[in-house]
Amino acid sequence: MERTVMTTPYDVEKVRAGFPVLHQEVHGKPLAYLDNAATSQKPEVVIEAMKHYYEADNANVHRGVHQLSERATRDYEDARAKVQRFMNAASSKEVVFVRGTTEAINLVAYSFVRPLVGKGDEVLITAMEHHSNIVPWQILCEETGATLRVAPINDDGALDMEAFSVLLSDKTRFVSVTHVSNALGTVNPVREIVRLSHEKGVPVMVDGAQAAPHIPIDVRAIDADFYAISSHKMYGPTGVGALYGKESLLETMRPYQGGGDMIKSVTFEKTVYNDLPYRFEAGTPNISGAIGFGAAVDYLEGLGLEAVAAHEDALVSYCTERLLTVPGVRIIGTAPDKASVVSFTLEGVHPHDIGTLLDLEGVAVRTGHHCAQPVMERFGVPATCRASFGVYNTTAEIDRLVEAVKKVKEVFG
Amino acid sequence: MSDMRELYQEMILDHNRKPRNFRVIEGADHHAEGQNPLCGDQVQVWVKLEDGRISDVAFQGQGCAISKSSASMMTDLVKGKTREEAEELFLRFQELVTVGSEDIESLGRLAVFAGVHAFPSRVKCASLGWHTLHAALKGEEAPISTE
Repeated sequence: MERTVMTTPYDVEKVRAGFPVLHQEVHGKPLAYLDNAATSQKPEVVIEAMKHYYEADNANVHRGVHQLSERATRDYEDARAKVQRFMNAASSKEVVFVRGTTEAINLVAYSFVRPLVGKGDEVLITAMEHHSNIVPWQILCEETGATLRVAPINDDGALDMEAFSVLLSDKTRFVSVTHVSNALGTVNPVREIVRLSHEKGVPVMVDGAQAAPHIPIDVRAIDADFYAISSHKMYGPTGVGALYGKESLLETMRPYQGGGDMIKSVTFEKTVYNDLPYRFEAGTPNISGAIGFGAAVDYLEGLGLEAVAAHEDALVSYCTERLLTVPGVRIIGTAPDKASVVSFTLEGVHPHDIGTLLDLEGVAVRTGHHCAQPVMERFGVPATCRASFGVYNTTAEIDRLVEAVKKVKEVFG
Repeated sequence: MSDMRELYQEMILDHNRKPRNFRVIEGADHHAEGQNPLCGDQVQVWVKLEDGRISDVAFQGQGCAISKSSASMMTDLVKGKTREEAEELFLRFQELVTVGSEDIESLGRLAVFAGVHAFPSRVKCASLGWHTLHAALKGEEAPISTE
C-alpha cells in the first residue's frame, strides 16, 4: 500500500486556503470551525470534482453505452478504487457504497446478523456507541429475541477490556464497536477487540465514522469483518459512505434492498442477483457523492494521514491543556488514546448557553448529547460542549475558544 | 446581536442563578410537564387558581439559562392574572421570541428575551416554561414536548 507522507512541516495556512467556507465572519468575528466531528468542511478540490461531474459527465452508471454514461461509470468506479485503497481492502468487490455509516450498520444488521440470531443469542456493543450503533441492534434484538449486551467504559472513557472479555461469551453472535468515540474521542483497541472476538469465532463490525478522517485505516491489519465510514466526516459530501465487508461474508449475505442495478436478470418467476458489490447497491447510486468522496480520499492521502494525525493530536493536547487553566472546566473523556475530540463542561453553566455564547464569538462547537445519550448518562451530565478538530484548525483558534470560555465564565459570574 | 451580554442580560442571569417560585405546590389545581428532547430540558409547572385568577404558580426543572430564567420570570408575571390574561401574555411572548415584537415597551420585563428570536435553536428553550403553563391551564396531563 502506498501512502503519501509529508516530509515538509505541516502547512496549516496552505490547507486553510483550500477551504472556501472557512473564510467568512460569523457575528462579525472570523469563523473558527471546531465542529468537525459533526461534519467536516469541504475543500475546493471536492466541490470541483462534483461540479465537473454535473457539468461534463452527468449520466447514469452501469447502463448506457453512450459516452457520458461510460465516463460517469468510470469515475464512479474509480472512486470505489480510491476508497478501497484508502481502507486497504483486498478487492473493490469488498467496498459497497452506502448513504453513510448509519446505513452500513443497518445493512449489516439486516443482511448478515439477522439470519444468524435467535432467542438466547447475544450482540455485544460498548457503552460509548453513537445512537447509530445502538438502535439498529435494538431493533434486531426486538425482532429476533436476541439480547443486546453493552461493555462498560471506565471513568476516563476508555473501554473496560476486562469486562468486554467477560461479556464476550459463547452466546455472542456478533460484536459491533466504534473505532473512535464521537462524544469522548476515545480510540478503541480494535485489533485487540477483533482478535478476542475471532478467538471465539465471533465476527466484528467496526464503526469508523470518526476514525477515518483522523487515523490511517487498514481493515486487513485490524482484520475487521465489516468496517464503515462516512464521506462527510472526511472532507467529502454528505449522503455517501462506504461499507467494507470481507468478500467471503458479503458473498453469503442476502440483499438489503431490491431494485435496479442489484440484479443480473429479472423475470416474474426468478431474479438473479448481481455480483459484489452491486448486489448491495440497489437503485441509482449517489454518483456525484461517490465522485466527491473519491476526491476527498485523494485529498486526505495527499496531506498524508500520519501528518494529519500528528497535527490533530497536537491540537487535542493543546486544547486540553489550555482549557484546564480555566477554573470550573471539566474534560469528559480523558483516555490515554484519543483522537480529535475535546468534550467539556463548565461548572454552573449549561452547555447550550456556552454554545450560543461561543457562537457569538465566531467559535462553532457542538453542544448537546452528541447522539450518545448513554455516554452522557455514564458521566452524569445532561450534555457537553465538544470541540473537534480537523486538518485546517489552528492553535490560534483554540486560543479563541479558551478566551471565549473565560468570557462565558465572566458573564455568568 | 454581537455581544454576549445583549442576549444574556443581567435579569436573565439573575433569574438563572436564583429562580423564583422554584418549588412544588402541594394540592395544585393544575400541573403539567414539559420537555425539550433536543437538549434534555425538563420543566414542571404547578398552578393554583382562586376565583379564576392564578393565586400561586411555581416550577421546577433543569435546563439552560434561557429556559430556566424564562420559566422563572413567567411565574412572577402571571401570578395574580386571570387565566385569559395569562394566555394572552403567552401569545405575546411567543410572538416576541419567534418573530420579534414591534411593541417591546409594553412587554415590560419580558423584553429581555427580545434577542432570542435571532437564535432559532434557542426559541424552544425560551418558550418551554410558557408552553408547559399553557398545557397546565388547559388541563393536559400527558407531558408536552417542544418537538
